[in-house]
Amino acid sequence: MALTLSNPARRRLRTLGFLSPWLIGFSVFFAYPLIATVYFSFMHYNQIQKPDFVGLRNWKYVFEQMPLFGPALWNTLWLVVVMVALRVVFGLSLGLLITKIKTGAGFFRTAFYLPYLAPPVAATVAFVFLLNPSTGPVNEVLAHLGITGPNWFNDAAWAKPSLVMLSLWGIGDLMVIFMAALLDVPREQYEAAELDGAGAWSKFRYVTWPSITPIVMFAVVTGVVQTMQYYTQALVAGKIASGVSIGPGSVIQPGYPDHSTLTVPQLVYSMGFQNFNTGAACVLSLVLFAIAMAVTMLLMRKRSGLLAAED
Amino acid sequence: MPRWRIPLRAPVALAAAGLLLSGCANPSVGSADDDPAKPVTLKFWHGWSAPGEVKAINDSIARFEKLHPNIRVESTENVTDATINQALRAGGDKAPDVVTSFTTNNVGQYCDSGMWADLDPFMRKSGLDKAKVFPKTLLDYTSYDGNQCALPLLADAYGMYYNKDAFKEAGISRPPRTMSEFEADAKKLTKRAGSSYKRVGFMPNFRLYQNSPDRLFAQWGPTYFDAKGDSRLAKDPATYKFFDTAHKLVEAQGGYNALERFRTSFGDEMSTQNAFMSGKLAMHLDGEWRGLMMNEAKVGFDWGVAPLPVPDDQAETYGRGYLTGTVAGIAHSSKHQNAAWELVKFLTADTDQVVSFANAIHNVPSTFAALKSPKLDADPTFRTFLDIAQNKYSQVMPPSTNGGMYVTSLQDFSYSVEAGKVHDLKKGLRELDRQIDADTLQSKS
Repeated sequence: MALTLSNPARRRLRTLGFLSPWLIGFSVFFAYPLIATVYFSFMHYNQIQKPDFVGLRNWKYVFEQMPLFGPALWNTLWLVVVMVALRVVFGLSLGLLITKIKTGAGFFRTAFYLPYLAPPVAATVAFVFLLNPSTGPVNEVLAHLGITGPNWFNDAAWAKPSLVMLSLWGIGDLMVIFMAALLDVPREQYEAAELDGAGAWSKFRYVTWPSITPIVMFAVVTGVVQTMQYYTQALVAGKIASGVSIGPGSVIQPGYPDHSTLTVPQLVYSMGFQNFNTGAACVLSLVLFAIAMAVTMLLMRKRSGLLAAED
Repeated sequence: MPRWRIPLRAPVALAAAGLLLSGCANPSVGSADDDPAKPVTLKFWHGWSAPGEVKAINDSIARFEKLHPNIRVESTENVTDATINQALRAGGDKAPDVVTSFTTNNVGQYCDSGMWADLDPFMRKSGLDKAKVFPKTLLDYTSYDGNQCALPLLADAYGMYYNKDAFKEAGISRPPRTMSEFEADAKKLTKRAGSSYKRVGFMPNFRLYQNSPDRLFAQWGPTYFDAKGDSRLAKDPATYKFFDTAHKLVEAQGGYNALERFRTSFGDEMSTQNAFMSGKLAMHLDGEWRGLMMNEAKVGFDWGVAPLPVPDDQAETYGRGYLTGTVAGIAHSSKHQNAAWELVKFLTADTDQVVSFANAIHNVPSTFAALKSPKLDADPTFRTFLDIAQNKYSQVMPPSTNGGMYVTSLQDFSYSVEAGKVHDLKKGLRELDRQIDADTLQSKS
């Protein structure tokens, strides 16, 4: 018997057919992991034995008994605020400068973009070497100038700013995006502003800024999401700077020095894969997810407001 | 159908699917149904990476294959515990059958989680009486709560290396035996160079190479847990004496910040730029393997070894040290567990094999028979470590359900203490005990 479908049903099936690649990807890579994370956050599970339901125990443990949760959350949020803000400001400033340079722009573009191409681990190792408090060339130069350099990655007060410096060194990606946006601003608007007697600041405020706002928001939102997942550079920097020997039997404890570079993703890894504590790792992941969602939604609403204001 | 139900369909279906899949997330479980006489290929993962070490373990495997022509061993070197853990969780055909770990701290976790198979049934089948083969201390660190999921595959003993030339120059006739002698000698051996150092007598900072606090703390013979399994660091007078001595050692040599700054100029531990090997340290806490590296590197000074000093009020315990070692076991997911046991048994309990391997990589043998073997390396520096390993006061770390988590907590706390950030030691230790207990409870099902 041939299956007869009504027109709306056929339309719905066709729509679902076209949507299916996205639906499958969404289900496998987003919905299932999210649901599984919520499920395991209520379980005692070591990834070997069967999970046991423990109610809110993992949640209580994370919020009441895990002393590293506070520092990790603080560090992550500190990096989100400071690193993202400075990256946007620095990337935009570089973009503005290079688009204004008449000669040698190609050289500067290349010079500022090249560090971005360095693999994160190699770049971090090089940076830790440069900033070694005893043997690093940066402190040697500072000493020649009569300045006692800080302990950089070996000082809890300087470790996070050192990571920010590392991220600013690799600013090439943002610089290129901002340059594209800046070169896209219609010339005639600048000419009109000049005719109205606008200075450099007024031109930036009333011409450049409204044109590049969507790109700035893009940089901020992607920056926030990336920094929420900050892991590799902080781990490598801490590991190298601590000088602790890493062998097959050793367990890398992130956060050196004094947990100042410990981030929530690092804590998730430690809990889930070093301490076999999947439940607590899932709780931490969900907290991070909730914060990332809230911040992103806030920014997106702000972005809609800005775009509406432009209209 | 009311319209509000429609958007719920997809999430509900996804949730149901997710929960079903989550329930099926357990990795594969192995079996011991295989016939060890049948042809089989075993996957053996280990952490050795230096050329000499890899050659030594490959020679061991060649000897095993000669004795068991039906078993072929595929060996993978330089594998970390983290990689092994991941592979065992995932299971499957690519996962190893026989595994090793360079730290005993994680054994409790491996046994309690079921990640490494219980070896007692295999020992019973093959008539191996573990109490007669292995020293009790080593059996203790390879089991947890009655589950012997690992066996010792050579041990490591920690002692003190010292620069005899520097001692002569400072007018010191013998290595220190008590903590007060240690402090005085460290001060005498320290040579300043402007605001930094030319040489430090003994670098007490806990982040130096093998200097993790638990290793020096072993000289006081602390008891980490009470009979109920609760952490008792705050109750043990040894803890306070240990931190007091560590502080005195730091102060006698210029203070934490100056020492820490000097430490950051040191080369890699396992290279010839090692701070002791390059003459930046006059006394150094390290394991028995360092002697072989010193000989191979032909360091430019005369050196010797001795046990680490002991507290003044425990002089009778001189000769003690911290013990740990490599451990071997069978993966829970292995489908060839009987064949895997043949390899584990050979590597850990065959006297000739244990002695040959110990001589080749300069590690302490881990069986009674091998320790007494006349074939064992007669090098006096190596023998010093054998004595430390057999000293009745030498200490191993007690196993815990969450592996080395309590050791990590102690390390973190010790870093704060040495940096002068803990103003009330008693209060800090009580908090540390509470934290260790909370972590242990959280890890139990």
